[in-house]
Amino acid sequence: MSTPSAKQVSFNKLKNNAQNFSFILPAVLIFATFYIYPFYDIFKLSMHSWNGINLHKTPVGLDNFFELMTDGIWWKSVWNATYITLIALTFQNLLAFGLALACDREIRMKNFYRVVFFIPPVLSEVVVGLVWKWILNPSVQDGQHIGLLNYFFDKIGLHHLVHNWLSDPNTALTCIAVVHSWKGFGWGFIMLLAGLQTIDRQLYEAAKVDGAGFWKTLTNVTIPMMMPVILVVIILTVLGSMQAFVLVLSMVGQGLVYHTEVPVTRILSAMTGTNRFGYACSMGVVFGALLIMVSLAFKFVSDKVKQA
Amino acid sequence: MKKLLKGFLICSFLVLIGSGLSCSGKAADPNTVTLWHWMNDRHAAIEELASRYEEQTGIKVKVELFAPPDAYTQRIIASAQSRVLPDIYGILDKKEIFASFIENGFVANLTEEFAKDNNAWEKSLFAKAVDVNRFKPNNPQNIEPGIYGVPIDVTNIQMLYNKKLLEKAGIKTPPKTFDEFLAAGEALKRVGITGFVAGWGELWMADCFASNYAFNIMGEDKIMATYRGEVPYTDPDWVKVFGVFKTLSDKGILIEGIVTKPNKDAEQDFALQRAAFSFNGSWCVNVYHNMNPDLDYGAMLPPAMNSKFPLKIWGGGGSSFVVNNHTPNKEKAIAFLKWLTGHEQQAYLSESTKNLPANREALSSIPKILSQFASAMDDTTHPTIWKFNELPLVVENFDKGIQSIIIGEKTPEQVAAEVQAVKEREIEKAKKRKR
Amino acid sequence: MLNKYQIKGMFKSTFLHIILMSVAATCLFPLFWMLRCSLMTNQTVFVDKSFFPHELHFMNYFQAWTEGNFGIYFINSIIYTTSVVVGIVVVSSLAAYAFSRLEFPGKKVFFYMFVLAMMIPLPGSFVALFDLMNIIGLVNTRIGYILCMINVGLSMSILLLKTFFDKMPPDLEDAARIDGCGRLRIWWNVALPLARPALAVIIIFNSLNVWNEYILAQLLLSDKNLMPLQRGLMVFQGSHSVDYPLLMAGLTIAAIPIIAVYLFMQKHIIKGLSSGAVVG
Repeated sequence: MSTPSAKQVSFNKLKNNAQNFSFILPAVLIFATFYIYPFYDIFKLSMHSWNGINLHKTPVGLDNFFELMTDGIWWKSVWNATYITLIALTFQNLLAFGLALACDREIRMKNFYRVVFFIPPVLSEVVVGLVWKWILNPSVQDGQHIGLLNYFFDKIGLHHLVHNWLSDPNTALTCIAVVHSWKGFGWGFIMLLAGLQTIDRQLYEAAKVDGAGFWKTLTNVTIPMMMPVILVVIILTVLGSMQAFVLVLSMVGQGLVYHTEVPVTRILSAMTGTNRFGYACSMGVVFGALLIMVSLAFKFVSDKVKQA
Repeated sequence: MKKLLKGFLICSFLVLIGSGLSCSGKAADPNTVTLWHWMNDRHAAIEELASRYEEQTGIKVKVELFAPPDAYTQRIIASAQSRVLPDIYGILDKKEIFASFIENGFVANLTEEFAKDNNAWEKSLFAKAVDVNRFKPNNPQNIEPGIYGVPIDVTNIQMLYNKKLLEKAGIKTPPKTFDEFLAAGEALKRVGITGFVAGWGELWMADCFASNYAFNIMGEDKIMATYRGEVPYTDPDWVKVFGVFKTLSDKGILIEGIVTKPNKDAEQDFALQRAAFSFNGSWCVNVYHNMNPDLDYGAMLPPAMNSKFPLKIWGGGGSSFVVNNHTPNKEKAIAFLKWLTGHEQQAYLSESTKNLPANREALSSIPKILSQFASAMDDTTHPTIWKFNELPLVVENFDKGIQSIIIGEKTPEQVAAEVQAVKEREIEKAKKRKR
Repeated sequence: MLNKYQIKGMFKSTFLHIILMSVAATCLFPLFWMLRCSLMTNQTVFVDKSFFPHELHFMNYFQAWTEGNFGIYFINSIIYTTSVVVGIVVVSSLAAYAFSRLEFPGKKVFFYMFVLAMMIPLPGSFVALFDLMNIIGLVNTRIGYILCMINVGLSMSILLLKTFFDKMPPDLEDAARIDGCGRLRIWWNVALPLARPALAVIIIFNSLNVWNEYILAQLLLSDKNLMPLQRGLMVFQGSHSVDYPLLMAGLTIAAIPIIAVYLFMQKHIIKGLSSGAVVG
C-alpha cells in the first residue's frame, strides 16, 4: 500500500508546522526573555505601594487603579496626548502623504526633497528643542522681539499675532503638537513613499487611458492600493504620538501647570518626582490597555471598511 | 545559495556573540574602589583627583559617570534592588528617600568616622553641608541619628542683579526691601528692560523662591506646623506667599514665558543681559563666566517683605556621596572620601569647576562673586535639614499652583484652597493605609 | 508657443515646487542653525546675529572629538548599530514572512502578541529589566545591550514587514516553489529582495533608534569602554553649564553616519520601483 498511514500524515503535518514555527522562534525567544518578566513586574507593582527603594513592597490591591480612575490630572494628560495624536493624524499624515505623492511623480529635484524631508527625524531632540524654543521665544530685548515668529509678525505689521506661545494654555499644546508633527512627518513620508513605489505603474497608465483625472486616480487606484501601508502609518502615528514625551520635556520643561502633561510625563513624575512606583505602574497598565482598545477598535473598523 | 545563507546567518550570530564576549571578562579587584557619579561637568576633575590618589596610595578609584541625572537615578534605584551598588555613590533625592536607602541597609553610617580625632573631619567642613547628610535625634523617618554622607561642595541660591541695567534705569543701589524691588521693577519697565528672570520651568526653583518668602512671612515654626497638618494652606500667611507671585506677575516684572523656562535658558537670558534680576544658585558663576565674561553683576539676598522673621535662602551641601554598607571596600571608600574633602583636593575641585568647596579652608582661593555667595551660607536652610517635609504630591500641586497664578489662571486664594484639598486627601489616605 | 495645457502645467508645477520648497526650508533651517552654532564660541553663539558668523572656529570639531572621547564611543556605536540592525532584519523578516505566508497553529495569537506589546509603555520596567539582566549575567556586556535593543525594535519591524509581504503578489514565490525551493530559500531569494523598500525603512528606523539611544545604555552598561556615542555628547551638557558650540559640533559629527545610512538606504526605497515593475 502506497497511501501513507494516518500516523505518517499527522507526523508530516507536525513536522511542517514545526518548520514553519521555527521561522518565528528567534523572535519569540527574544520577546519571551526581555518582555515577559518586565511585563509581569509592572502588573505586580501596579498592585503595590512602593517608593522604589524599600525591599518590602506593600500590597494595596486595586487601590492604585481606583485612585487613577478619579485622578483628573491623569485623564487630562490622556486627553492632551489624544489631542497631539489627532493633530499628528491629520496634519502630519496629510503632509506626509501629499509630499510622498509629489516625490513619487516625475518632478525635478525629487532626490533633493527625498533627502531633505528626512532631516527632522534625524536631528537630535536637543537641536529641535533649542531651535523651536528660539522661534517661539516670547521675550523682548531693546524693543526687538527675540523669537523669530514674533519678530516676523511684528515686522509685517501683524502686532496682534505677537504672542506668548508656550506659556499660554490656549496655544502651548498646539505648538507642541505642530512641532511634533513637523519632527515626525519624515517617517510617514518614507514609509508612504516606499509603499507608493511598489504600486505597478501600469495601473496608472490604465487609469489614464480610461480618462481618469488626478483625483479619480488617487481615490480609485492609489488609495486602495496603499490602504495596508496607510493603516500601518496610522497605527505607528498613534503609538508615536500617544507615547511622545521627549519633545514635551525639551520644549516646556516640567510643563505649563497641567496643560502640557501627557501620560508618559505623568508616569515619569509619579516615579521620580513623587516616588510612587506602584501608582506609576498602574498608569502604565491603564495606558497600555487604552492603546490596545484603540487599536482593536481601529482594526475592527478597518476590517469592516475592507469588507464593504 | 543555501550555503551562502547559512554562512551569513552563522556570521551574524558570531558577530553578536563575539562582540558580547569580548568585554564581559571583568573581575572585582579588591584594590579598586568604584565610584558612580552624575556630575558630567566635573567628571574630568574627579578623574584627575582619582589618579592622584592612586599615585599617592596605590589604591585605584574607578570613576564611572552616568548622565543626565535622571538616568543616574534609574541606575541607582535598579542597582539597589539587584544589590549591585558601587562602593561610593550619590542619592539625588528627597530626605525621605535618603532615609529609605539607610533603612534598607544600602548606606553606611559614617558618624564614627566624622567623630574621630575630636570631630576633625566634621569640623573641617561647613556645618550646613554636613547637616544635609545628618539625621537628628527623633527624626520623623525614625533613622538612627548620625551622619550618613559626605558633602563635596556647598551651594546656595540667591538673587543676582545686573549693575549696568540697573544704572540705565537710574537705580543706584540694589533694592533692600520687597517694595523697593517692586519699584525697581517698574523703573526698569519704563526704560524697556525686563525686570526678573528665573528658571521656574523647573518646579523646584519656584518652590525655593516661595519657601524663601514663607520663612520671611510666617517663620519656620508655622511652616513646620503646616507640614504637620496643623495650619491649613488657606491661612492668610500662605495666601500672602502665593500673593508674591501674583504681585510680580501683575506688575509685569517677570520675563515673558517664565513658567516654562528651564534654568539653563534663564541663565542664558541673564548672561545676555535680557533681564536685570535673576534668581540662581552659586553654580551660575561658572555659567555666566562661560557665556559672557564681561557681565558686571552682584549677588544679593531676595529683598525681604518685613523684618518680623528672617528671610532664609536655600543652601547647604551641593553634592554628596554615600558609602555602600555592604561592600568589603568600606574602609577604603571612606578613606578616599576623607581625602577628597581635604583642603588641597577641595581647592582643586573648586578652582577647576568654580563651585563653592565644602571644606572651609579651601575658601581662600575663590573669586569675589563666589565669596559673596559663600558669605551667605549662614542664612541658608534647606528641606533636607527641616524637621518635617511636605508630602511630595502636595509639593507638586503647590508648585503647579504657582504657575497658574503667574499665568493669571487662578488667584492665590483658589490655589491655596486647592493645595489644602490635596493635602487633606493625602492625609486621609495615609490614615486609611495605617488602619 | 506654449499652449494652454503647458502653461497650466507650468503653473501647477511652480506651485508644487513653492510648497515643497517651503517645507524643505523648515527642514534645512535647524540643520543650518546647528552647523552655524558649531562654528562659533560660547560667548558669541547667542550674541552674533549675522547670518554667517564672523569667525569660523573649525577647531571646535577637533575639540569635540577629543574632549568627548569620540574615538572609542564611535566604534562602540557602530558595533551596536550594525549588530542590532542585522539582528532585527534577520529575526523580524523571518517572523514577518512566516506570519504572512506560512501556516502554523497559534499564528494569530503570536502576531497580536507582538503588535500589542508595542502599546504598553515601559518606563516603569527598568528595575525589572535590570534585575533580569543581572540574573542572566548580561549587565555591562555588549551582547546584553544588543539583545535588549533588538527586542525594542522587533515589534514595529515585524508589523511593517508583514504589511509589505502581504502586499506582494505570490506569483514569484509559487514559481520558486515549483522549482523546488525550500521555505528558507524562498524567504532569502524571493521575499527579501522584493521587500527591499520596507527593509530599507526598517534599517533606517532602527539605526536611528540605536544610534540615539542612551537611557538603556546608561542602565545596562557602566564601563566607559562599552558606552555608545551619546555618552560622549553628555560631556558638553553639564548639569548646569552647556557648551553649545562643542555640543553642536558633537551633534553634527554624530549625525553624519546616520545621514549616510539614510542616503544609502533611501536609494533602495526608490530602487523598489524597478523590481516592483518586474513583479507586476
